[in-house]
Amino acid sequence: MAETSLPSAIGRAGMLTAGEILAPSPGALLRRRIFRHWGLVIGGTILAGIVLMALLAPLVSAYDPYDQQLARKLIPPIWHASAKATWAHPLGTDHLGRDYLTRLLYGAQISLLIGFSAMLISGVIGTTMGVLAGYFGGRLDMVVNFIITTRLSMPVVLVALAVVSIIGSSLTVVIWVLGLLIWDRFAVVMRSATQQVRSREFITAAQAVGCSTARILLTEIAPNVANHLIVVATLEMAHAILLEAALSFLGLGVQPPTPSWGLMISEAKGLMFFDPWLISIPGIALFLLVLAINLLGDGLRDVTAPENRG
Amino acid sequence: MLAFTAKRLGVALLVALTVSLITFSMIYVSGDPAIAIAGEGARPADIEAIRKFYGFDRPIAVQYLDWLAGALQGDFGRSYTLRQPVADVIFARLPVTMILGASAILFALVLAIPLGVLAAVRPNSLADRFALTLAVVGQAMPTFWFALTLILWLGVNWRLLPITGSGSWQNFVMPAIALGYYVTPAVMRLTRAGVLEVLSADYIRTARAKGLRPMTVLFKHALRNAIIPVVSLAAVQFGFMLGGSIVIETIFQINGLGYLAWESIQRKDLPTMQAIVLVLSVIYVLLTLLADLLNAFLDPRLRVS
Repeated sequence: MAETSLPSAIGRAGMLTAGEILAPSPGALLRRRIFRHWGLVIGGTILAGIVLMALLAPLVSAYDPYDQQLARKLIPPIWHASAKATWAHPLGTDHLGRDYLTRLLYGAQISLLIGFSAMLISGVIGTTMGVLAGYFGGRLDMVVNFIITTRLSMPVVLVALAVVSIIGSSLTVVIWVLGLLIWDRFAVVMRSATQQVRSREFITAAQAVGCSTARILLTEIAPNVANHLIVVATLEMAHAILLEAALSFLGLGVQPPTPSWGLMISEAKGLMFFDPWLISIPGIALFLLVLAINLLGDGLRDVTAPENRG
Repeated sequence: MLAFTAKRLGVALLVALTVSLITFSMIYVSGDPAIAIAGEGARPADIEAIRKFYGFDRPIAVQYLDWLAGALQGDFGRSYTLRQPVADVIFARLPVTMILGASAILFALVLAIPLGVLAAVRPNSLADRFALTLAVVGQAMPTFWFALTLILWLGVNWRLLPITGSGSWQNFVMPAIALGYYVTPAVMRLTRAGVLEVLSADYIRTARAKGLRPMTVLFKHALRNAIIPVVSLAAVQFGFMLGGSIVIETIFQINGLGYLAWESIQRKDLPTMQAIVLVLSVIYVLLTLLADLLNAFLDPRLRVS
């Protein structure tokens, strides 16, 4: 743990104090902060659990998410006080007799896939715009600012719904439409983060020794804005997942019979007065996933920059 | 202040113009709007007839300018399916959405500001932790699922409120909660941060040193200054809500602009769709402009940049 501080300490006086030997390295300090932050630990654990379940869906469940068994439709979940509840279907079955747990697991794949891909697309767009505007300033900054303002003034859900309905909805269309719409927070945050870094001395130094602009952006700016980027990325992934669920709920996102949590709630809407668990189960899953990602994002922000807390 | 106002007004106009251009091009994302209207499997002759009828055969620039000139005079063309001018339908439905948005923002402010102040006055207390937890939970709850859960409990199980419609004020209670709760975390965090910052200012210490009662210091001196950014946030969020009300209005079947938007999307009623997006965007631009001007009026330091 202390090996990083050893050479300098010996070089200075040849004598070590107990404090210097035991002083933890910055990496160890960060690790300690991470594990002391309960939000980060809880969020990370839930998210890791959901990702694992989604990836191992075929192993966890023996059923096919598309397999309809009309003879076994609307079996209530196991905690339900009903004779029909069975361990063969722990979360019950839906109105077409499909195993609800299996649909939930495969639905997690869809949510994670859409959230992650849309976040990547919007991240590339927003980061490029924000970093360039923040670094070069001047007229470019004005243009980027104008584009951000224009984007913010258009209602996301409405535009997404309209565009998806005109193009025709599919998984790819949903990913691209969301990705092209939600880059605004990336651009805003990266712009101000880059502005702050640009005024530091080491940038001036790099410019003075003749580094190319590309090199400065990649090796000086990028590492110093990375922590902001990760935080925005988590928040935007959660945002994309919620938007996909809303689109699918309104019938213009992922199309049936693909299992999507928003679609599961939409399909169960008509039955919710008789079998409320049909909407509570996917709803709670959605809530937990978004909560986990948000906790992770908030936690990363606190851990990497404790002074920004609040 | 005059120069600042003129500059902001100019930017707002330019933004509105760009939004109109994007809104207009929206129907061309699929390539040919005539095919989109005709649907799959339409005969070429039908597509050609639709193209002629709606004027899609004219040059795009002409179509845009024609549409924009109409929109500026409050004429958005005729609805494809409702058989009446789009403007009439929109302005008949807009007040309902406005009322919904206003009640939602009111709900959010009434809940969030006291919680935010309480959290700031006693940082790290039980109240602060409660407020923080509420914020984290609120931000993760999908709006439509929260709305359905409200219906299930308040509407069906406890029979407290009507489930659908927009006839009486009671119809607006659940939709306002469902739409407003999503904003409460942001308002609460901003109130908390603002009050915390102001409370450590010198003039607050002076006010306390003068022997003023803590309540007077808090409400007359601190909150007044901390509330300025909250007001502008509320204005901006109100704009967001009008756009987001589509989900809530669809669930509660409230006859507002959001429900109209959903109907027109379902029926591929392009003029209505375009007009709603444009109207909501322009309202948002106006709200942010007002918020900016109000801020600059209250805080002269902002006028410089």
